[in-house]
Amino acid sequence: MAQTIDTKTVKHVAFLVRLGISEDEAQTFSGQFSSIIDYFNMLNEVDTENVPPASDIANAENVLREDVVKPSMSREEFLKNAPNSERGYVKVPTVLGDE
Amino acid sequence: MELTQLSIREAHELLTTKKISSVELTQAMLDRIHDVDKKVKSYVTVTDDLALEQAKKADERIAKGENVTPLTGIPFSMKDCISTRDVRTTCSSKILENYVPQYNATVTNKLADSGAVLVGKTNMDEFGMGSSCENSAFFNTHNPWDLERVPGGSSGGSAAAMSASLATFTIGEDTGGSVRMPAGFTNVTGIKPTYGRVSRYGLIALVSSFDSIGPMTRDAYDCATVLEAIAGHDPHDSTTYNSPVPNYTKDIDKPVKGMKLGIPKEYFVAGMEAGVEAAMQESIRQFEKLGMEVREVSLPHTKYGLPVYYLLLFAEASANLARMDGTRFGLSVSDGAKDVIDIYLKTRHEGFGDEVKRRIMLGAYALSAGYYDAYYLKAQKVRTLLRRDFETAFSKVDILLAPTCPTTAFKLGEKTSDPLEMYLSDIYVVATNPAGVPALALPAGFSNNMPVGMQLIGKHLEESTLFQVAHAYQQVTDWHKQQPPL
Repeated sequence: MAQTIDTKTVKHVAFLVRLGISEDEAQTFSGQFSSIIDYFNMLNEVDTENVPPASDIANAENVLREDVVKPSMSREEFLKNAPNSERGYVKVPTVLGDE
Repeated sequence: MELTQLSIREAHELLTTKKISSVELTQAMLDRIHDVDKKVKSYVTVTDDLALEQAKKADERIAKGENVTPLTGIPFSMKDCISTRDVRTTCSSKILENYVPQYNATVTNKLADSGAVLVGKTNMDEFGMGSSCENSAFFNTHNPWDLERVPGGSSGGSAAAMSASLATFTIGEDTGGSVRMPAGFTNVTGIKPTYGRVSRYGLIALVSSFDSIGPMTRDAYDCATVLEAIAGHDPHDSTTYNSPVPNYTKDIDKPVKGMKLGIPKEYFVAGMEAGVEAAMQESIRQFEKLGMEVREVSLPHTKYGLPVYYLLLFAEASANLARMDGTRFGLSVSDGAKDVIDIYLKTRHEGFGDEVKRRIMLGAYALSAGYYDAYYLKAQKVRTLLRRDFETAFSKVDILLAPTCPTTAFKLGEKTSDPLEMYLSDIYVVATNPAGVPALALPAGFSNNMPVGMQLIGKHLEESTLFQVAHAYQQVTDWHKQQPPL
Protein backbone atom coordinates (compact mmCIF):
# COMPACT_ATOMS: atom_id res chain seq x y z
CA MET A 1 0.00 0.00 0.00
CA ALA A 2 1.66 3.17 -1.12
CA GLN A 3 0.86 5.95 1.24
CA THR A 4 1.50 9.53 0.30
CA ILE A 5 2.14 12.20 2.84
CA ASP A 6 1.16 15.45 1.21
CA THR A 7 2.62 18.86 1.94
CA LYS A 8 -0.44 19.79 3.99
CA THR A 9 0.22 16.88 6.36
CA VAL A 10 3.93 17.78 6.49
CA LYS A 11 3.09 21.35 7.48
CA HIS A 12 0.64 20.07 10.08
CA VAL A 13 3.21 17.80 11.78
CA ALA A 14 5.84 20.54 11.50
CA PHE A 15 3.55 22.78 13.52
CA LEU A 16 2.89 19.99 16.04
CA VAL A 17 6.64 19.91 16.79
CA ARG A 18 6.84 23.72 16.61
CA LEU A 19 9.11 23.72 13.61
CA GLY A 20 9.01 26.55 11.10
CA ILE A 21 8.97 25.18 7.55
CA SER A 22 9.18 26.66 4.05
CA GLU A 23 7.14 25.57 1.03
CA ASP A 24 10.24 24.04 -0.61
CA GLU A 25 11.10 22.09 2.52
CA ALA A 26 7.54 20.78 2.79
CA GLN A 27 7.82 19.52 -0.81
CA THR A 28 11.11 17.70 -0.18
CA PHE A 29 10.00 16.16 3.11
CA SER A 30 6.70 15.05 1.60
CA GLY A 31 8.49 12.82 -0.93
CA GLN A 32 10.94 11.44 1.63
CA PHE A 33 8.27 10.73 4.24
CA SER A 34 6.15 8.79 1.81
CA SER A 35 8.96 6.34 1.03
CA ILE A 36 10.01 6.01 4.70
CA ILE A 37 6.48 5.41 5.97
CA ASP A 38 5.89 3.00 3.12
CA TYR A 39 8.88 0.98 4.30
CA PHE A 40 7.56 1.00 7.87
CA ASN A 41 4.27 -0.46 6.72
CA MET A 42 6.06 -3.83 6.57
CA LEU A 43 5.17 -4.10 10.27
CA ASN A 44 1.63 -4.87 9.15
CA GLU A 45 2.87 -8.34 8.12
CA VAL A 46 3.52 -9.23 11.75
CA ASP A 47 0.75 -10.89 13.73
CA THR A 48 0.61 -9.06 17.05
CA GLU A 49 -2.73 -10.42 18.20
CA ASN A 50 -2.34 -11.06 21.96
CA VAL A 51 1.15 -9.52 22.06
CA PRO A 52 1.42 -6.85 24.74
CA PRO A 53 3.27 -3.65 23.86
CA ALA A 54 6.71 -3.36 25.48
CA SER A 55 6.57 -0.98 28.40
CA ASP A 56 10.02 -1.28 29.91
CA ILE A 57 13.16 -3.14 29.00
CA ALA A 58 15.00 -3.44 32.27
CA ASN A 59 12.27 -5.29 34.17
CA ALA A 60 12.42 -2.32 36.42
CA GLU A 61 10.22 -1.85 39.42
CA ASN A 62 8.93 1.45 40.64
CA VAL A 63 11.66 3.33 42.41
CA LEU A 64 10.51 5.36 45.39
CA ARG A 65 12.44 7.61 47.71
CA GLU A 66 11.80 10.15 50.42
CA ASP A 67 11.26 13.65 49.10
CA VAL A 68 14.13 15.37 50.85
CA VAL A 69 14.93 19.03 50.30
CA LYS A 70 18.51 19.43 49.11
CA PRO A 71 20.49 22.35 47.70
CA SER A 72 20.17 22.63 43.91
CA MET A 73 21.48 24.94 41.22
CA SER A 74 21.20 28.58 42.18
CA ARG A 75 18.89 30.85 40.25
CA GLU A 76 21.84 32.93 39.10
CA GLU A 77 23.67 29.84 37.85
CA PHE A 78 20.57 28.57 36.07
CA LEU A 79 19.99 31.85 34.28
CA LYS A 80 23.53 31.87 32.85
CA ASN A 81 22.24 30.02 29.80
CA ALA A 82 18.94 31.84 29.42
CA PRO A 83 18.91 34.00 26.28
CA ASN A 84 16.76 36.61 28.01
CA SER A 85 15.97 37.14 31.67
CA GLU A 86 14.68 39.81 33.98
CA ARG A 87 14.52 40.02 37.77
CA GLY A 88 15.43 36.36 38.19
CA TYR A 89 12.99 35.04 35.63
CA VAL A 90 13.35 33.70 32.09
CA LYS A 91 11.81 36.32 29.83
CA VAL A 92 9.77 35.45 26.74
CA PRO A 93 7.24 37.40 24.65
CA THR A 94 3.48 36.95 25.00
CA VAL A 95 2.47 33.38 25.81
CA LEU A 96 -1.28 33.86 25.62
CA GLY A 97 -2.22 35.82 22.52
CA ASP A 98 -4.92 38.46 22.31
CA GLU A 99 -6.97 36.74 19.66
CA MET B 1 58.10 4.51 22.78
CA GLU B 2 55.17 6.32 21.18
CA LEU B 3 53.10 7.62 24.09
CA THR B 4 49.95 8.14 22.07
CA GLN B 5 49.85 4.49 20.98
CA LEU B 6 49.75 3.04 24.50
CA SER B 7 46.79 1.08 25.80
CA ILE B 8 45.26 2.11 29.13
CA ARG B 9 46.89 -0.88 30.75
CA GLU B 10 50.35 -0.04 29.38
CA ALA B 11 50.05 3.66 30.21
CA HIS B 12 48.91 2.85 33.75
CA GLU B 13 51.95 0.63 34.27
CA LEU B 14 54.33 3.38 33.06
CA LEU B 15 52.56 6.07 35.11
CA THR B 16 52.57 4.13 38.36
CA THR B 17 56.22 3.08 37.98
CA LYS B 18 56.98 6.80 37.34
CA LYS B 19 58.54 6.11 33.93
CA ILE B 20 56.24 8.73 32.44
CA SER B 21 54.04 11.46 33.86
CA SER B 22 50.45 12.21 33.02
CA VAL B 23 51.51 15.71 31.94
CA GLU B 24 53.92 14.19 29.39
CA LEU B 25 51.31 11.72 28.16
CA THR B 26 48.60 14.38 27.96
CA GLN B 27 50.88 16.87 26.19
CA ALA B 28 51.85 14.19 23.66
CA MET B 29 48.16 13.52 23.03
CA LEU B 30 47.32 17.21 22.64
CA ASP B 31 50.26 17.68 20.24
CA ARG B 32 49.05 14.77 18.15
CA ILE B 33 45.49 16.11 18.14
CA HIS B 34 46.68 19.53 16.92
CA ASP B 35 48.68 17.81 14.19
CA VAL B 36 46.66 14.82 12.99
CA ASP B 37 43.13 16.04 13.68
CA LYS B 38 43.52 18.64 10.93
CA LYS B 39 42.94 15.67 8.61
CA VAL B 40 40.59 13.48 10.67
CA LYS B 41 38.48 16.24 12.24
CA SER B 42 37.20 14.13 15.11
CA TYR B 43 37.16 16.84 17.80
CA VAL B 44 34.58 19.60 18.20
CA THR B 45 36.35 21.03 21.23
CA VAL B 46 39.88 20.41 22.52
CA THR B 47 40.31 21.22 26.21
CA ASP B 48 44.08 21.90 26.36
CA ASP B 49 44.20 23.96 29.56
CA LEU B 50 41.75 21.84 31.50
CA ALA B 51 43.52 18.66 30.41
CA LEU B 52 46.95 19.84 31.56
CA GLU B 53 45.49 21.01 34.85
CA GLN B 54 43.82 17.61 35.39
CA ALA B 55 47.03 15.83 34.35
CA LYS B 56 49.00 17.76 36.96
CA LYS B 57 46.53 16.75 39.64
CA ALA B 58 46.73 13.14 38.47
CA ASP B 59 50.52 13.26 38.77
CA GLU B 60 50.17 14.54 42.34
CA ARG B 61 47.79 11.70 43.14
CA ILE B 62 50.23 9.16 41.72
CA ALA B 63 53.20 10.76 43.54
CA LYS B 64 51.37 10.47 46.85
CA GLY B 65 50.08 7.01 45.96
CA GLU B 66 46.63 8.12 47.04
CA ASN B 67 43.46 6.92 45.41
CA VAL B 68 45.18 5.82 42.21
CA THR B 69 42.79 4.03 39.84
CA PRO B 70 43.52 2.30 36.50
CA LEU B 71 42.38 5.51 34.78
CA THR B 72 44.31 8.06 36.84
CA GLY B 73 46.27 10.28 34.46
CA ILE B 74 44.88 8.65 31.30
CA PRO B 75 43.78 11.07 28.51
CA PHE B 76 40.32 10.46 27.09
CA SER B 77 37.66 12.20 25.04
CA MET B 78 33.92 12.10 25.13
CA LYS B 79 31.08 12.24 22.64
CA ASP B 80 29.67 15.75 22.61
CA CYS B 81 26.23 14.71 23.91
CA ILE B 82 27.52 14.04 27.44
CA SER B 83 27.38 17.08 29.70
CA THR B 84 30.61 18.60 30.95
CA ARG B 85 30.39 21.51 33.38
CA ASP B 86 32.02 24.65 31.97
CA VAL B 87 32.95 22.83 28.75
CA ARG B 88 30.78 23.46 25.69
CA THR B 89 28.48 20.51 24.92
CA THR B 90 26.94 20.84 21.46
CA CYS B 91 25.48 17.50 20.26
CA SER B 92 27.06 18.79 17.01
CA SER B 93 23.97 20.96 16.56
CA LYS B 94 23.66 24.65 15.77
CA ILE B 95 20.96 24.87 18.41
CA LEU B 96 23.51 24.00 21.15
CA GLU B 97 26.59 25.47 19.46
CA ASN B 98 27.35 27.77 22.38
CA TYR B 99 25.71 25.79 25.17
CA VAL B 100 27.91 25.39 28.25
CA PRO B 101 26.31 23.07 30.82
CA GLN B 102 26.18 24.13 34.45
CA TYR B 103 26.50 20.54 35.63
CA ASN B 104 28.30 17.30 34.88
CA ALA B 105 26.80 14.06 33.66
CA THR B 106 27.25 11.23 36.17
CA VAL B 107 29.67 9.59 33.73
CA THR B 108 31.72 12.81 33.62
CA ASN B 109 31.82 12.92 37.42
CA LYS B 110 32.82 9.28 37.68
CA LEU B 111 35.67 9.73 35.22
CA ALA B 112 36.81 12.91 36.95
CA ASP B 113 36.80 11.05 40.28
CA SER B 114 38.87 8.26 38.75
CA GLY B 115 41.50 10.84 37.78
CA ALA B 116 41.11 10.44 34.02
CA VAL B 117 42.10 13.49 31.94
CA LEU B 118 39.56 15.00 29.52
CA VAL B 119 41.29 16.18 26.33
CA GLY B 120 38.18 17.09 24.37
CA LYS B 121 34.69 16.49 23.06
CA THR B 122 34.14 14.56 19.85
CA ASN B 123 32.03 15.12 16.77
CA MET B 124 28.81 13.21 16.11
CA ASP B 125 25.74 13.15 13.94
CA GLU B 126 23.48 15.93 15.22
CA PHE B 127 21.76 14.65 18.39
CA GLY B 128 22.93 11.15 17.46
CA MET B 129 20.79 11.05 14.34
CA GLY B 130 22.87 9.44 11.64
CA SER B 131 25.15 6.60 10.66
CA SER B 132 28.06 8.44 9.09
CA CYS B 133 28.79 11.58 11.14
CA GLU B 134 27.80 13.59 8.07
CA ASN B 135 24.82 15.04 9.95
CA SER B 136 27.11 17.07 12.20
CA ALA B 137 26.16 20.72 11.82
CA PHE B 138 29.85 21.67 12.00
CA PHE B 139 31.97 19.46 9.74
CA ASN B 140 32.48 15.91 8.51
CA THR B 141 34.76 13.55 10.37
CA HIS B 142 36.99 11.38 8.18
CA ASN B 143 37.79 7.71 8.55
CA PRO B 144 41.48 7.44 9.54
CA TRP B 145 41.79 4.32 7.32
CA ASP B 146 40.73 6.25 4.22
CA LEU B 147 40.08 9.96 4.56
CA GLU B 148 37.56 9.86 1.71
CA ARG B 149 35.34 7.55 3.71
CA VAL B 150 33.02 8.07 6.67
CA PRO B 151 33.90 6.89 10.18
CA GLY B 152 30.33 5.65 10.75
CA GLY B 153 27.93 7.14 13.22
CA SER B 154 26.67 8.52 15.27
CA SER B 155 29.72 8.29 17.58
CA GLY B 156 31.92 8.84 14.52
CA GLY B 157 34.16 11.40 16.21
CA SER B 158 34.82 9.15 19.19
CA ALA B 159 35.58 6.20 16.88
CA ALA B 160 37.87 8.20 14.59
CA ALA B 161 39.70 9.77 17.56
CA MET B 162 40.28 6.34 19.06
CA SER B 163 41.34 4.81 15.76
CA ALA B 164 43.79 7.66 15.03
CA SER B 165 45.28 7.48 18.55
CA LEU B 166 43.97 10.91 19.50
CA ALA B 167 42.94 9.65 22.96
CA THR B 168 43.87 6.61 25.06
CA PHE B 169 40.17 5.85 25.32
CA THR B 170 36.96 7.57 24.27
CA ILE B 171 33.38 7.51 25.48
CA GLY B 172 30.61 6.98 22.95
CA GLU B 173 26.89 6.57 23.19
CA ASP B 174 24.82 3.87 21.49
CA THR B 175 21.10 4.35 20.81
CA GLY B 176 20.91 1.88 17.93
CA GLY B 177 24.48 0.98 17.03
CA SER B 178 26.14 4.35 17.46
CA VAL B 179 29.12 2.85 19.30
CA ARG B 180 29.35 -0.48 17.45
CA MET B 181 28.85 0.58 13.86
CA PRO B 182 31.60 3.27 13.87
CA ALA B 183 33.85 0.98 15.96
CA GLY B 184 33.54 -1.57 13.15
CA PHE B 185 34.31 1.03 10.47
CA THR B 186 37.46 2.25 12.23
CA ASN B 187 39.01 -0.90 13.81
CA VAL B 188 38.12 -0.05 17.39
CA THR B 189 36.68 -2.10 20.27
CA GLY B 190 33.52 -0.68 21.85
CA ILE B 191 30.61 -1.78 23.97
CA LYS B 192 26.94 -0.90 24.22
CA PRO B 193 26.27 -2.06 27.78
CA THR B 194 22.96 -3.40 29.05
CA TYR B 195 20.36 -0.62 29.16
CA GLY B 196 20.46 0.73 32.71
CA ARG B 197 24.03 -0.39 33.48
CA VAL B 198 25.46 3.12 32.97
CA SER B 199 23.66 6.23 34.21
CA ARG B 200 22.09 8.49 31.59
CA TYR B 201 22.02 11.50 33.91
CA GLY B 202 23.50 14.43 32.01
CA LEU B 203 23.40 12.62 28.68
CA ILE B 204 21.42 14.78 26.26
CA ALA B 205 18.63 12.34 25.48
CA LEU B 206 17.87 10.95 22.05
CA VAL B 207 15.74 7.88 22.89
CA SER B 208 15.39 7.58 26.64
CA SER B 209 14.49 3.89 26.53
CA PHE B 210 17.43 2.93 24.24
CA ASP B 211 20.31 5.29 25.08
CA SER B 212 23.39 3.51 26.45
CA ILE B 213 26.74 5.17 27.14
CA GLY B 214 29.74 2.95 26.43
CA PRO B 215 33.54 3.07 26.12
CA MET B 216 35.53 2.78 22.87
CA THR B 217 39.06 1.46 23.30
CA ARG B 218 42.04 -0.35 21.78
CA ASP B 219 41.00 -3.76 23.08
CA ALA B 220 38.53 -5.68 25.21
CA TYR B 221 40.68 -5.44 28.33
CA ASP B 222 40.70 -1.63 28.23
CA CYS B 223 36.98 -1.62 27.46
CA ALA B 224 36.32 -3.70 30.59
CA THR B 225 38.47 -1.32 32.65
CA VAL B 226 36.53 1.77 31.54
CA LEU B 227 33.07 0.21 31.83
CA GLU B 228 33.85 -0.76 35.39
CA ALA B 229 34.65 2.88 36.16
CA ILE B 230 31.48 4.35 34.65
CA ALA B 231 28.83 1.69 35.42
CA GLY B 232 26.61 1.50 38.46
CA HIS B 233 23.50 2.67 40.22
CA ASP B 234 22.74 6.38 40.20
CA PRO B 235 20.01 7.99 42.30
CA HIS B 236 19.68 10.54 39.47
CA ASP B 237 18.66 7.83 36.97
CA SER B 238 15.97 5.49 38.27
CA THR B 239 16.48 3.11 35.33
CA THR B 240 19.98 2.17 36.51
CA TYR B 241 20.43 -1.26 38.04
CA ASN B 242 21.00 -1.62 41.75
CA SER B 243 23.12 -4.75 41.36
CA PRO B 244 26.84 -4.32 42.05
CA VAL B 245 29.21 -3.70 39.13
CA PRO B 246 31.37 -6.80 38.60
CA ASN B 247 35.14 -6.62 38.42
CA TYR B 248 35.14 -7.08 34.65
CA THR B 249 38.89 -7.56 34.28
CA LYS B 250 39.23 -10.13 37.05
CA ASP B 251 37.88 -13.10 35.10
CA ILE B 252 38.69 -11.83 31.62
CA ASP B 253 41.41 -14.49 31.14
CA LYS B 254 39.09 -17.40 31.90
CA PRO B 255 38.98 -19.92 29.05
CA VAL B 256 35.95 -19.84 26.79
CA LYS B 257 36.08 -23.58 26.03
CA GLY B 258 32.66 -25.16 26.04
CA MET B 259 30.76 -21.89 25.75
CA LYS B 260 28.00 -21.87 23.17
CA LEU B 261 28.21 -19.34 20.33
CA GLY B 262 25.03 -18.74 18.33
CA ILE B 263 25.04 -17.62 14.71
CA PRO B 264 21.70 -15.94 13.91
CA LYS B 265 20.81 -17.24 10.44
CA GLU B 266 18.77 -14.13 9.59
CA TYR B 267 21.92 -12.00 9.82
CA PHE B 268 23.78 -14.03 7.22
CA VAL B 269 21.76 -13.33 4.12
CA ALA B 270 22.28 -11.74 0.71
CA GLY B 271 23.56 -8.18 0.69
CA MET B 272 26.62 -8.68 2.86
CA GLU B 273 29.93 -7.60 1.27
CA ALA B 274 31.97 -10.71 0.39
CA GLY B 275 34.94 -9.59 2.49
CA VAL B 276 32.72 -9.02 5.51
CA GLU B 277 31.19 -12.48 5.15
CA ALA B 278 34.66 -14.06 4.80
CA ALA B 279 35.87 -12.25 7.94
CA MET B 280 32.84 -13.55 9.87
CA GLN B 281 33.47 -17.13 8.73
CA GLU B 282 37.13 -16.86 9.67
CA SER B 283 36.19 -15.47 13.10
CA ILE B 284 33.74 -18.33 13.66
CA ARG B 285 36.59 -20.77 12.93
CA GLN B 286 38.75 -18.92 15.48
CA PHE B 287 36.07 -19.33 18.13
CA GLU B 288 35.80 -23.04 17.28
CA LYS B 289 39.56 -23.35 17.71
CA LEU B 290 39.18 -21.71 21.11
CA GLY B 291 36.87 -24.59 22.02
CA MET B 292 33.54 -22.82 21.69
CA GLU B 293 30.58 -24.79 20.47
CA VAL B 294 29.05 -23.05 17.43
CA ARG B 295 25.44 -23.52 16.44
CA GLU B 296 22.93 -21.79 14.23
CA VAL B 297 20.06 -19.98 15.93
CA SER B 298 17.07 -18.04 14.68
CA LEU B 299 15.94 -14.49 15.50
CA PRO B 300 12.81 -14.64 13.37
CA HIS B 301 11.81 -10.98 13.70
CA THR B 302 15.20 -9.58 12.66
CA LYS B 303 13.94 -7.81 9.54
CA TYR B 304 11.43 -5.86 11.63
CA GLY B 305 14.15 -4.55 13.91
CA LEU B 306 14.84 -1.57 11.68
CA PRO B 307 11.25 -0.23 11.40
CA VAL B 308 10.62 -0.86 15.12
CA TYR B 309 13.81 0.93 16.05
CA TYR B 310 13.24 3.94 13.81
CA LEU B 311 9.56 4.39 14.65
CA LEU B 312 10.23 4.35 18.37
CA LEU B 313 13.23 6.61 17.90
CA PHE B 314 11.20 9.16 15.94
CA ALA B 315 8.48 9.16 18.60
CA GLU B 316 10.75 9.47 21.63
CA ALA B 317 13.09 11.93 19.94
CA SER B 318 10.25 14.24 18.94
CA ALA B 319 9.33 14.48 22.62
CA ASN B 320 12.91 14.69 23.93
CA LEU B 321 13.91 17.45 21.55
CA ALA B 322 10.94 19.60 22.57
CA ARG B 323 13.21 21.11 25.21
CA MET B 324 15.29 22.80 22.53
CA ASP B 325 12.91 25.75 22.34
CA GLY B 326 15.10 28.85 22.41
CA THR B 327 13.84 30.17 25.73
CA ARG B 328 15.95 28.69 28.55
CA PHE B 329 19.25 27.77 26.91
CA GLY B 330 20.86 27.35 23.51
CA LEU B 331 20.17 29.23 20.31
CA SER B 332 17.30 31.70 20.43
CA VAL B 333 15.96 33.37 17.31
CA SER B 334 13.57 36.04 18.49
CA ASP B 335 13.89 38.75 15.83
CA GLY B 336 10.43 40.01 15.12
CA ALA B 337 8.81 37.27 17.16
CA LYS B 338 5.32 38.35 18.14
CA ASP B 339 4.74 35.57 20.65
CA VAL B 340 6.55 32.68 22.24
CA ILE B 341 5.41 30.18 19.58
CA ASP B 342 7.16 32.35 17.02
CA ILE B 343 10.42 31.92 18.95
CA TYR B 344 9.96 28.14 18.92
CA LEU B 345 9.23 28.05 15.18
CA LYS B 346 12.11 30.31 14.19
CA THR B 347 14.68 28.87 16.58
CA ARG B 348 13.97 25.27 15.67
CA HIS B 349 13.83 26.03 11.94
CA GLU B 350 17.23 27.67 12.07
CA GLY B 351 18.81 25.48 14.76
CA PHE B 352 18.00 21.95 13.58
CA GLY B 353 19.49 20.18 10.56
CA ASP B 354 17.40 18.30 8.00
CA GLU B 355 17.74 14.85 9.56
CA VAL B 356 16.59 16.14 12.95
CA LYS B 357 13.66 17.88 11.29
CA ARG B 358 12.71 14.71 9.42
CA ARG B 359 12.81 12.58 12.52
CA ILE B 360 10.88 14.79 14.90
CA MET B 361 8.19 15.37 12.27
CA LEU B 362 7.90 11.65 11.58
CA GLY B 363 7.72 11.11 15.34
CA ALA B 364 4.82 13.52 15.65
CA TYR B 365 3.19 11.74 12.70
CA ALA B 366 3.59 8.27 14.28
CA LEU B 367 2.14 9.55 17.56
CA SER B 368 -0.65 11.63 16.12
CA ALA B 369 -4.36 10.84 16.31
CA GLY B 370 -5.31 8.21 13.76
CA TYR B 371 -1.78 6.84 13.38
CA TYR B 372 -0.81 6.02 16.98
CA ASP B 373 -2.15 2.43 16.85
CA ALA B 374 -0.82 1.72 13.37
CA TYR B 375 2.71 2.93 14.06
CA TYR B 376 3.74 3.63 17.62
CA LEU B 377 1.69 0.95 19.36
CA LYS B 378 2.37 -1.60 16.63
CA ALA B 379 6.10 -0.95 16.96
CA GLN B 380 5.95 -1.44 20.75
CA LYS B 381 4.22 -4.79 20.20
CA VAL B 382 6.77 -5.98 17.68
CA ARG B 383 9.41 -4.78 20.13
CA THR B 384 8.08 -7.39 22.57
CA LEU B 385 8.58 -10.02 19.86
CA LEU B 386 12.14 -8.83 19.17
CA ARG B 387 12.90 -9.14 22.83
CA ARG B 388 11.41 -12.64 22.95
CA ASP B 389 13.60 -13.64 19.99
CA PHE B 390 16.67 -12.85 22.07
CA GLU B 391 15.27 -14.65 25.12
CA THR B 392 14.63 -17.78 23.07
CA ALA B 393 18.08 -17.66 21.47
CA PHE B 394 19.75 -17.16 24.84
CA SER B 395 18.00 -20.22 26.24
CA LYS B 396 20.12 -22.21 23.75
CA VAL B 397 23.42 -20.30 23.54
CA ASP B 398 25.56 -18.02 25.73
CA ILE B 399 26.45 -15.42 23.16
CA LEU B 400 25.56 -14.39 19.59
CA LEU B 401 27.89 -13.32 16.78
CA ALA B 402 27.01 -10.94 13.93
CA PRO B 403 28.74 -8.36 11.75
CA THR B 404 28.36 -4.71 12.78
CA CYS B 405 27.48 -3.65 9.23
CA PRO B 406 26.84 -5.42 5.91
CA THR B 407 29.68 -3.40 4.33
CA THR B 408 32.89 -1.64 5.29
CA ALA B 409 32.97 2.17 5.54
CA PHE B 410 31.30 3.88 2.62
CA LYS B 411 32.44 7.09 0.92
CA LEU B 412 31.53 10.55 2.16
CA GLY B 413 28.44 11.73 0.30
CA GLU B 414 27.58 8.24 -0.96
CA LYS B 415 24.34 7.88 1.02
CA THR B 416 23.43 11.42 2.04
CA SER B 417 20.78 11.95 -0.63
CA ASP B 418 18.63 8.98 0.42
CA PRO B 419 17.66 8.89 4.12
CA LEU B 420 16.20 5.38 3.90
CA GLU B 421 19.36 4.00 2.29
CA MET B 422 21.36 5.47 5.20
CA TYR B 423 18.99 3.86 7.75
CA LEU B 424 19.60 0.44 6.16
CA SER B 425 23.29 0.55 7.10
CA ASP B 426 22.13 0.07 10.73
CA ILE B 427 20.39 -3.21 9.99
CA TYR B 428 22.64 -5.41 12.18
CA VAL B 429 22.98 -3.12 15.17
CA VAL B 430 19.51 -1.71 15.88
CA ALA B 431 17.68 -4.74 17.29
CA THR B 432 19.75 -4.93 20.50
CA ASN B 433 18.60 -1.54 21.79
CA PRO B 434 14.84 -2.16 21.77
CA ALA B 435 15.69 -5.43 23.58
CA GLY B 436 18.12 -3.77 26.00
CA VAL B 437 20.80 -6.47 25.72
CA PRO B 438 24.53 -5.67 25.74
CA ALA B 439 26.71 -6.00 22.63
CA LEU B 440 30.43 -5.55 22.08
CA ALA B 441 32.02 -4.63 18.75
CA LEU B 442 35.56 -5.63 17.91
CA PRO B 443 37.87 -5.70 14.88
CA ALA B 444 37.50 -8.90 12.82
CA GLY B 445 39.74 -8.37 9.80
CA PHE B 446 39.84 -6.34 6.62
CA SER B 447 38.00 -6.19 3.33
CA ASN B 448 39.62 -4.17 0.53
CA ASN B 449 41.97 -2.64 3.12
CA MET B 450 39.09 -1.33 5.23
CA PRO B 451 38.32 -2.68 8.73
CA VAL B 452 35.53 -5.19 9.27
CA GLY B 453 33.72 -5.17 12.60
CA MET B 454 31.90 -7.97 14.36
CA GLN B 455 29.69 -7.81 17.38
CA LEU B 456 29.12 -10.23 20.21
CA ILE B 457 25.67 -9.94 21.76
CA GLY B 458 25.07 -11.17 25.31
CA LYS B 459 22.39 -11.72 27.90
CA HIS B 460 21.18 -8.87 30.10
CA LEU B 461 23.94 -7.76 32.51
CA GLU B 462 26.41 -10.35 31.22
CA GLU B 463 29.02 -7.93 29.96
CA SER B 464 31.65 -10.09 31.70
CA THR B 465 31.01 -12.89 29.20
CA LEU B 466 31.35 -10.48 26.27
CA PHE B 467 34.70 -9.20 27.57
CA GLN B 468 35.92 -12.72 28.22
CA VAL B 469 35.10 -13.97 24.71
CA ALA B 470 36.41 -10.81 23.00
CA HIS B 471 39.61 -10.94 25.05
CA ALA B 472 40.15 -14.63 24.16
CA TYR B 473 39.76 -13.71 20.48
CA GLN B 474 42.20 -10.81 20.79
CA GLN B 475 44.80 -13.14 22.34
CA VAL B 476 44.87 -15.19 19.12
CA THR B 477 44.34 -12.43 16.54
CA ASP B 478 46.02 -9.08 15.95
CA TRP B 479 43.41 -7.20 13.93
CA HIS B 480 42.86 -4.81 16.84
CA LYS B 481 46.57 -3.91 16.82
CA GLN B 482 46.55 -2.68 13.21
CA GLN B 483 47.02 1.06 12.87
CA PRO B 484 45.60 3.31 10.14
CA PRO B 485 48.08 4.73 7.57
CA LEU B 486 47.98 8.37 8.71
